[in-house]
Amino acid sequence: MGNEVTDVKKELPALTKEDFKSDQMVKWCPGCGDHAILSSFQKVLPELGVRKENVVVVSGIGCSSRFPYYVKTYGFHGIHGRAAALSSGVKISNPNLHVWMVTGDGDSLAIGGNHFIHVLRRNIDINILLFNNRIYGLTKGQYSPTTPTGRKTKSSPHGTIEHPFNVGELAIGAQGTFFARAVDTNPKMIIKVMHEAAKHKGTSLIEILQNCVIFYNNVHSAITSKETKGENQLHLIHGEPMIFGKNKDKGIMLKGTQLQAVHIGKYGVTEKDILVHDETTYDSGIHLMLAKMAPPTFPVALGVIRSVKNYTYEDKLESIIETEKEISSIKCVDDLLNSGKTWEI
Amino acid sequence: MTTKTQKVVELEDVVVRFAGDSGDGMQLTGSLFSDAAAIAGNDFATFPDYPSEIRAPQGTIAGVSGFQIHFGHKEIYTPGDTADVLFAMNPAPLKKNLMWVKPGGTIIVDTDTFTDKSLTKAEYTSNPLEDGSLKEYNVIKAPISTLTKKSVEDLGLDNKMILKSRNMFALGIMFFLFNRKFKTADEFFEQKFKSDPLLIESNKKILRAGYNFAETIEALNSITYIVEPAELKKGKYRNITGNVATAWGLLAAAERSGRQLFLGSYPITPASEILQELSKHKSLGAKVLQAEDEIAGIVSAIGASFAGSFAVTSTSGPGLSLKCEAIGLAVMTELPIVIVDVQRAGPSTGMPTKSEQSDLLQALFGRNGEAQVIVIAASSSSNCFYYAYEAAKLAMEHMTPVILLTDGCLANGSEVFRIPKVSELPSIKPPIVKANDTDYRPYKRDPEKLSRSWAIPGTLGLRHRIGGLEKENIFGNVSHDPENHQLMCEYRAEKVRRVANYIKPQDVIGPESGDLLVVSWGSTYGVMIEAVKEMQEQGKKVSLAHFHNINPLPKNTAEIFSKYKKIIVPELNLGQFVLYLRMYFQQFKFEQYNKIQGLPFMVKELVDKFNHLLDEK
Ligand SMILES: Cc1ncc(C[n+]2csc(CCOP(=O)(O)OP(=O)(O)O)c2C)c(N)n1
Ligand code: SF4
Repeated sequence: MGNEVTDVKKELPALTKEDFKSDQMVKWCPGCGDHAILSSFQKVLPELGVRKENVVVVSGIGCSSRFPYYVKTYGFHGIHGRAAALSSGVKISNPNLHVWMVTGDGDSLAIGGNHFIHVLRRNIDINILLFNNRIYGLTKGQYSPTTPTGRKTKSSPHGTIEHPFNVGELAIGAQGTFFARAVDTNPKMIIKVMHEAAKHKGTSLIEILQNCVIFYNNVHSAITSKETKGENQLHLIHGEPMIFGKNKDKGIMLKGTQLQAVHIGKYGVTEKDILVHDETTYDSGIHLMLAKMAPPTFPVALGVIRSVKNYTYEDKLESIIETEKEISSIKCVDDLLNSGKTWEI
Repeated sequence: MTTKTQKVVELEDVVVRFAGDSGDGMQLTGSLFSDAAAIAGNDFATFPDYPSEIRAPQGTIAGVSGFQIHFGHKEIYTPGDTADVLFAMNPAPLKKNLMWVKPGGTIIVDTDTFTDKSLTKAEYTSNPLEDGSLKEYNVIKAPISTLTKKSVEDLGLDNKMILKSRNMFALGIMFFLFNRKFKTADEFFEQKFKSDPLLIESNKKILRAGYNFAETIEALNSITYIVEPAELKKGKYRNITGNVATAWGLLAAAERSGRQLFLGSYPITPASEILQELSKHKSLGAKVLQAEDEIAGIVSAIGASFAGSFAVTSTSGPGLSLKCEAIGLAVMTELPIVIVDVQRAGPSTGMPTKSEQSDLLQALFGRNGEAQVIVIAASSSSNCFYYAYEAAKLAMEHMTPVILLTDGCLANGSEVFRIPKVSELPSIKPPIVKANDTDYRPYKRDPEKLSRSWAIPGTLGLRHRIGGLEKENIFGNVSHDPENHQLMCEYRAEKVRRVANYIKPQDVIGPESGDLLVVSWGSTYGVMIEAVKEMQEQGKKVSLAHFHNINPLPKNTAEIFSKYKKIIVPELNLGQFVLYLRMYFQQFKFEQYNKIQGLPFMVKELVDKFNHLLDEK
């Protein structure tokens, strides 16, 4: 039995971005951050060493979730909030498939919050791209679970009174084994973390800070604008000190149990005092603090924040199945029907 | 002890009910008694009656656990209305079950348990064994606790252990009464207590003590009963519950179709055993995801279906409500999936352990948009196997969701099941697209069935996108074109309608025309057939049309209806199937008879109702 199993690296034809462009017109608003993410993704796919028929793109509902229609792979545009469950079914069913899931902050953190935390907990080997524009785009501008407190939106005319989720904190709390963050204005970084996510065995979550030009323009401009991005972005690289700033003169230090942003060269701080990023430590303390850093006190951490090893759900399941096939006396349904207590008449 | 001459009375069928505290081992007693009936060649059906609380206080009515078995020389369709013999281990089970004993029936009690304290717990104000309230019955008073202790006093077991084995003394009495052999029970003890020879010995001794006791007591007048073997078709048999039969039918369908089985499911009474059963069979390649909720259960299954698995989700009414939106997604994406709904009493949480037929309208219509699905219903614990198989075949060959309705009665009840060979089941041929098929279009349809085909991720040359947005005919791109939407809605509906060309015509039990047609569906089959046969024996012109295919209905449905002067639709709800029939067949007058108490119909009430209807001018 078993489903179509296809080899990964057997004589792969050379692929290009063009191989992954569908014939459908891309209908996002001009200037929407989604365009850059799509284009980056289409560049990444031919570089993964995966046959194009083995890629499946799954999504929920939202502007972001239109994504699968624009990528020429097997694709499934699901229902609101359920992309994680849909992708789980695809991947468990056929672990040879290379599954990417595209979702929004509403799709995965509101209606789909339950599935989102559970896919992370199960560590199913899918790659999640969560476009965080801090607003509901498709339904035209209501606040989302990541909208900052006080923000006036169509459904919060007096400013929201809710406490927003921090995506990384939620994901790490749910035992996510891989969390990275990127911004839609930096395709190079998106491409880099997509490659990292693809390599990671287990659920990889990339939060992409994405601008909605229509309903929350400049939502991330403190992080992405030319003037401030130097001071407000920290590019994490595994094994390297956490240095940031236009002049690379700032860094992150551990003071007691807290992180602190410091000037290198001031008050006796030297480069040696700066924390070195270790994305692989299982202890989530520093990763959580990094994920939560935000201006004005801190820069926003970008790149791979956490990437730790654990077994994947589907690998474990396959190995149990294999063992059972070997040791069980029930090899086919006839065996099952005739097992246990039976009698002849 | 003088050996009395024994009188053996032959019976066509008997209903026995064992009832005790939830710790008294009534389910085990019942199943050992069933095994003995099986070996004796009887046909039988059983039904467990668990308390809804896991461990309700000992000795209270809420904590009573029961097991009913109906066995016979004749064909057995139901676990039986009322019991010929009630075995009550304590006062509370007597109080709770007396209403289910036939007038004049036999009641066996353990007199040692009728203490003031336990009588009070059971809410008795006086001792029923002494106040004459049981004078209509043949009451056998046995000091079972004392006798059980005595029978193994030489083995040095502790008191608590011995009292736990009281049920085996009870079983011994029943074995004597019905001329059963010790063999199956002995084998069970030897298997179960392999590591503890003392327990094997004590259980065997207690069982025999009960048997010997029954032989000597006056009240039985040395009468024993014999139920001759049933005339069952030659073959190999086993006992099976509806939930296990459902799970196995699904496994058989996976094997026959060459697809891997995927189940996404969330535990819920009374459907959980399907999830538990399928998760056992990894050696058959079945993959089971216990999802975080019912929505993830079905949505993961839809993902698995897209990826080429034979996908299933199992649930009960409240879970089906949660799955509605996702069923619509499967309708839109035209992917095969079987949704098993083991119905229970609703609305809301309702009465989880009680059975009802009240999800029919939800199954038929509970979705947004025009979203027809195939709906079929099993009618006995053992035929859950065949209807699960049929659900799978229809889903995969017609590329559509199928809802399979069973219910708590079928799910937990058990029955004799003639073991089929998988190779003899009808073939299942899903329309899977071959690699690099240049004619493949995601929404191109089979000209006869109108099903689209199954292009499985990983297959070369078939990359395509599907989803919940309306699809353009043939090509499957997103489309908001008005005419296309109408066309696609009609295609999806017509695809389900055409399933009628592939299912068996409806059959009728009894004369092809007559005064009254009883129309029923689902788990009421057993009582309906017993009621209808009883009336036919009285010379009444009554027939039964019991439906398994609900949507679409068999093509000959109207023709059947036209042959009878009156039609009645009895259901365990407020009238759901009848409403559906009235919608399609406005030319006929449908009478209805409804019961919604969490209890099955009784043959007697049906016969009364039908006779009443026949008498009406
Ligand atoms: C069951 C259901 N409820 C509500 C909606 C309406 N809806 C569609 S998208 C959306 C929010 C999308 O926000 P987000 O996930 O952040 O995606 P974005 O559009 O911003 O990319 C809502 C509420 C729906 N399609 N289905
Ligand atoms: S509404 Fe916002 S998120 Fe949606 S496409 Fe337009 S810019 Fe992008």
